[in-house]
Amino acid sequence: MRPETVVTPESRGEHAPLVSIQDLRTYYSIRGSFADRLVGREAGVVRAVDGVSLDIRRGEVLGLVGESGSGKTTLGRTLLGLVRATSGSIEFEGRQIARLPERDWRALRREVQVVFQDPHASLNPAMTLEQAVGHPLVIHGLERDRERLRLRVIEVLERCGLAPGTDFLDKYPSDLSGGQKQRAVIARAIILNPTLLVADEPVSMLDMSVRAKILELMLELKQDFELTYLYITHDLATARFFCDRIAIMYLGRIVEIGPAEAIYAEPRHPYTQALLRAIPEPDPERVVPRDLPRGEVPDAALPPLGCSFHPRCPRAFEPCGWESRDLRELLEARWARAAGAAGVEEEQALVGDLDVLDRSTSEARLPAPRGRRPEDVVALLERIRAEDPAEPFWRGVERLEARGTRTEVDFHNPQDPRLEPVGGVEVACHLYGTTPPET
Amino acid sequence: MSGGSILQVRHLRVYYGTPGRPVRAVDDVSLEIGEREVVGLVGESGCGKSTLGRGILGLLPRGARADGEVNFDGRNLVGMPPQALRRLRGPELGLIFQEPMTRLNPLLRISDHFRETLEQHEPRLTDAEIKKRSLETLGRMGIPPTRFRQYPHEFSGGMRQRIMIALALVLRPKLLVADEPTTSLDVIVEGQILALLADLKQNFGTALLLITHNLGIVAEACDRMAVMYAGRIVEEGPVRDVFREPAHPYTRELLRSTISLETKELHSIPGAPPNLIDPPPGCRFHPRCPDAMRVCPELEPVEQRLDERRRVLCWLHGPAQRVPAGGESPLEREAIGIADEA
Amino acid sequence: MAADAQSAPRMPYGRARLIALGRATKPIREASGIARALFWAGVVITLFFVVLAVFAPLISPYHFNQYRSNGIRFPQLAHPSAAHWMGTTVQSSDVMARVIYGAQTELKVVVIALAMSLGVGVPLGLISGYFGGILDRLLVLVMDAIFAFPYLLIAIVIAFVLSTSSIGGGVFTAAIAITAAYVPLYFRVVRNHVISVREEPYVDAARALGARPRTVIRKYVFFNVVQNVPPIATLNAADAILLLASLGFLGYGIQPSQGAEWGYDVSRAVSDAASGIWWTGLFPGFAIVLLVAGLTLLGEGLNETLNPVLRLRRFGQFEFAEREPREEALLDE
Repeated sequence: MRPETVVTPESRGEHAPLVSIQDLRTYYSIRGSFADRLVGREAGVVRAVDGVSLDIRRGEVLGLVGESGSGKTTLGRTLLGLVRATSGSIEFEGRQIARLPERDWRALRREVQVVFQDPHASLNPAMTLEQAVGHPLVIHGLERDRERLRLRVIEVLERCGLAPGTDFLDKYPSDLSGGQKQRAVIARAIILNPTLLVADEPVSMLDMSVRAKILELMLELKQDFELTYLYITHDLATARFFCDRIAIMYLGRIVEIGPAEAIYAEPRHPYTQALLRAIPEPDPERVVPRDLPRGEVPDAALPPLGCSFHPRCPRAFEPCGWESRDLRELLEARWARAAGAAGVEEEQALVGDLDVLDRSTSEARLPAPRGRRPEDVVALLERIRAEDPAEPFWRGVERLEARGTRTEVDFHNPQDPRLEPVGGVEVACHLYGTTPPET
Repeated sequence: MSGGSILQVRHLRVYYGTPGRPVRAVDDVSLEIGEREVVGLVGESGCGKSTLGRGILGLLPRGARADGEVNFDGRNLVGMPPQALRRLRGPELGLIFQEPMTRLNPLLRISDHFRETLEQHEPRLTDAEIKKRSLETLGRMGIPPTRFRQYPHEFSGGMRQRIMIALALVLRPKLLVADEPTTSLDVIVEGQILALLADLKQNFGTALLLITHNLGIVAEACDRMAVMYAGRIVEEGPVRDVFREPAHPYTRELLRSTISLETKELHSIPGAPPNLIDPPPGCRFHPRCPDAMRVCPELEPVEQRLDERRRVLCWLHGPAQRVPAGGESPLEREAIGIADEA
Repeated sequence: MAADAQSAPRMPYGRARLIALGRATKPIREASGIARALFWAGVVITLFFVVLAVFAPLISPYHFNQYRSNGIRFPQLAHPSAAHWMGTTVQSSDVMARVIYGAQTELKVVVIALAMSLGVGVPLGLISGYFGGILDRLLVLVMDAIFAFPYLLIAIVIAFVLSTSSIGGGVFTAAIAITAAYVPLYFRVVRNHVISVREEPYVDAARALGARPRTVIRKYVFFNVVQNVPPIATLNAADAILLLASLGFLGYGIQPSQGAEWGYDVSRAVSDAASGIWWTGLFPGFAIVLLVAGLTLLGEGLNETLNPVLRLRRFGQFEFAEREPREEALLDE
């Protein structure tokens, strides 16, 4: 952890959080096929942020950690007003800003600023540093005198490590290195003296030897300018160092949130545990972990039922949200492992087309192909179960039998996990939940 | 090194032409890769590691030229006529890139990609054999046979990278060069792919040259590693030894700057990587080196073998008789100006 | 620190401008062989005609409509001679004078037309691309509809309508006719580029700073989008010359009393050709070809130099220096 003490609301005598987010949802509609577009029909909805509630306390660094599709970037953008929230509330210093019209955002922008990920793309290639870094002051009409504007720009550039400032005024972004560009971006963000700074992967595109410098700079600025940071990243290593509290996101929801040290010392959610195991550590005694969750982050337009992590979770059980698509994945994974071996083609022919299983329902109905009997399919599934009874999928199966010309599988009812306090953190996982598993 | 060496790079130089003087991206690099070895080539941006990877395979852009030897299977790949080189690439030497979407043809199904590759390099296979081999390789990568006839855009980023690797491996090359294969992927998927790559030697008998800037990957997945700086290899050796006792100051500083879960303090290296058109005289790292001596800016360091398996390019390790009198006292210089900072 | 800043030498404004100009023209200076040759050939030819156009009264021996001098009427359809280097027309006008003044007319009309097309097409493209929505869809529909018609047809219709109205058949009519045909082109090019630039992080960053849409468009989008325009405008100018000449050829262009126009001259020369009179058609025709070629070369040259995809940098030739044996000696020791 960092040497200086963590600023707590109590120590500052303030108890109200700087930002209070309640059940925030940001959905995108996606344009479908040509036919859909012609008719004007929406093909689906991406639930980028799907019910997030959290507080950002004044003076803290809150880390938002997740992989792609987790919604962390969208959450940041919603907070910045770059994207409109679909529903829910965001309170900033007591003001409701969730669906504020663009006009009203202008004044607010002086208080909430952003540092983006790609230093090479965040600066306007057609503007010199003087113009770019000074532009916020011009936009908000805070400094009309040209000389004084230049002096303020020089001051903030030097504060961010670009000294002597006069040398950098006339440079274009293409003249600078990655680290220098990111310093300029930070300078531009703080010249307005904001209250909250949203940093979206500020160092992930920089070389390792440069990351430390930029992180150090950000910590110094936090002290000097009394900033609050929302640090969005996929890198748990820098997050551990940099953040006071951490929220882990998966497919639009927070799965675990709590003080950084607590999360790293004892990760509770299986996803958090997997993330920590997967980080490549520069320790030659370690080997690449071989027991990582299978699969990848699912499509956010069609999230899994119940807990979105259940298809990959090694400890999933009855209430986690088993569905028809899981059966498909089970069969496909099996055939992938045995690909090329005899019998795979026979099994594929026996089961038939799997597309019919591509539904997000807790019952699977698989019609037997012509000339095949569903009893044989059930027998195959039972064989598969016997080969690996520990596979979490089977705990989700309530009923498996052949009826008429099709195989029927019923799964236990799915339940959405909710964030509940466990130890010093909050976790959204049935393993810790107060929801009793269905008997 | 288990088995014999399959690739010997000797004094390779790759320069890029510019309107002015050339960029010396790879400036006298020698490296050996043995059968079934996993060698990590690590360095920061602009050190020349990607150029080295492509230079080995002869895949250089216009305006770039190579000089030196790349001995593979008894033949020197530098200066080989393009046709002969093309025949080698694929069945003997494979390459996987960072961004798999841009390398897969969006108009072709996955099955077509495999068919094209196998038909070109192993024309005597029957259609059934082609399908079997493709499905097997894909299956090892976790891609189910039911998705064999889909198009690249129907797969996620991680799956496309697996498809790329499968395409490279279906020809059973002796050596696979992977240039930042997991940089654009999520951490868990990265771990899955690294497990696949680390097991190549068992499952396919393929050696791997893994080019990356991530020291964690090198620590976990590689047997040997080479550290590049400003177009040269400054240190090389078994991963365990280099991590435990880095011989070159750059390696040491790089390890210290790496942020891991155990990091308690931030470290960085002052200054920025040098301009490769006009690199600093003598040892290229001397402007940023905390242990620089007076000899360092004067004379280029001589490669030293520390033991049978390690070598380093640094005056700190001698040879003492080549260092002129007084050369070993510390170098005095102005502090690196912040303007030169990255 | 502040005091230092004030006393530190600050780059003079003019020098900063020069440096910016240097950066902008860097691609041109770095261009490789063919692109450079194209570019400069185009520049030379175009400049030649510009000089003709601008200094027409000084260069040309006679006025374009002049049919006599010192009271003596010029011969009709005279062969090229010392007095009339390119011969005379059926109306006793000097062909060379008409060619030179024709340059003036062509360039005048095309420059005005280009200015108007850019003035309408570029802002509409910026707004449409940036804001999207219904406005965008409507504009795209309208522009695509106009785009679907052949340029010549649109120009003829407008020229016809305007010439019967109060504006008459002068330079402006021709310019407006050409403008109408080309506005959709600039609209499309700019709009498409804006749509891609709009997604760039620095535009997002500008919004996050609190910039108003018009500021974002002006300072962040415009300069990054406008680089595409010069090559297109020059190629477009070439096309416009042809369009104007076609209008003139068909009789919908400039009225003869308003100015000399090459296309018109060529149309008059058609009947002369049957009688073996070649100079009335050849010279104006050749002038059209040469100017169009010059502008095209300039446009293509600009495209090759500025377009990063096509740009072939001049790769310097280099030789590998003799390698100093570093390792060999060591292995012996």
